[in-house]
Amino acid sequence: MEWELKSDRPIYLQLMEQIQLRIVSGGYPAGSKLPPVRDLAAEASVNPNTMQKALSELERGGLIYSQRTSGRFITEDEGMIQTVKIGLAKEQIKAFFERMQQLGYSKEETVSLLEQAMKEGK
Amino acid sequence: MQPILQCSHLSKHFGYLRALDDVTFSLERGRIIGLLGPNGSGKSTLIKLASGLLVPSQGEILVDGQKPGLETKLQVSYLPERTYLNNWMRVRDMIDFFGDFYSNFDKAKAFEMLRRLNINVRDRLKTMSKGTKEKVQLILVMSRNADLYLLDEPIGGVDPAARDYILNTIITNYNENASVVISTHLIADVERVLDDVVFICNGKVTLTSSVDDIREGQGKSVDALFREVFRC
Repeated sequence: MEWELKSDRPIYLQLMEQIQLRIVSGGYPAGSKLPPVRDLAAEASVNPNTMQKALSELERGGLIYSQRTSGRFITEDEGMIQTVKIGLAKEQIKAFFERMQQLGYSKEETVSLLEQAMKEGK
Repeated sequence: MQPILQCSHLSKHFGYLRALDDVTFSLERGRIIGLLGPNGSGKSTLIKLASGLLVPSQGEILVDGQKPGLETKLQVSYLPERTYLNNWMRVRDMIDFFGDFYSNFDKAKAFEMLRRLNINVRDRLKTMSKGTKEKVQLILVMSRNADLYLLDEPIGGVDPAARDYILNTIITNYNENASVVISTHLIADVERVLDDVVFICNGKVTLTSSVDDIREGQGKSVDALFREVFRC
């Protein structure tokens, strides 16, 4: 997965989102060790301070924990990863409904359009 | 901790021209700072004052609490916008030259970076393209274990791919106690590596802010803000 950064929002927020995405999608499996900050920063071509900030924020949320001598790890709590995953999914759905509303569709109409699209897809 | 660079009421006049006019700000350690301003705004003057090549007309500039001079030259690694190296020199000669001058110059680091950029140490400066020359000089400057790196237009003459490499070189080669000041007007290229920015215009500092604050507070990139503030 490539790091994709837009220029109009703080970079650390975007890094947090993308690390979360990697965790819920299994790119960084539960309980696994994260690469060192410097390597991650170099990979994303960002300042190590910024990457550090993103990781500390994720640590505060509990998705990542650090062990003093051996580095940072992804939480082993699968339940928490699921919760984050559902949260991200809900955000996507909310944004989708909002865009459909801009097009003039109610939620019910959107759902029936979705069902239709699923049938056609089969 | 003491700021690595501190200016108070700093002014520099060249005859009637006020290149810097009553500038006050300070820079912390462990940061990458963009010194941003239009052409002729005073960026290079400020950097030259910090490296001790110019002396203030009024006010004070301090590097790690000291006036720029013999002692601070070891702490400051300066990349000028124009080269001062001799054309006939080979890369290898320049490495020795830097090794003789600076006790904190890391030869192994320099050779490693040269190797990764496919620069032959037997090449002479005069046979090199503008971009390659710039790369060699940046390698020399970044191979010192300094506290303050002052880079005056480090990416102006190189292609976008090399620009990425150079920025990566900068972010992977400074340590947590050092700060890097990058003066440039190629903001879009550098802003993803910056912690803080200093906007400078007509010899005055008009804004000092963290990049996150600009993006969060204004909802726009530093590049967009710069274009707005300095619209011609």
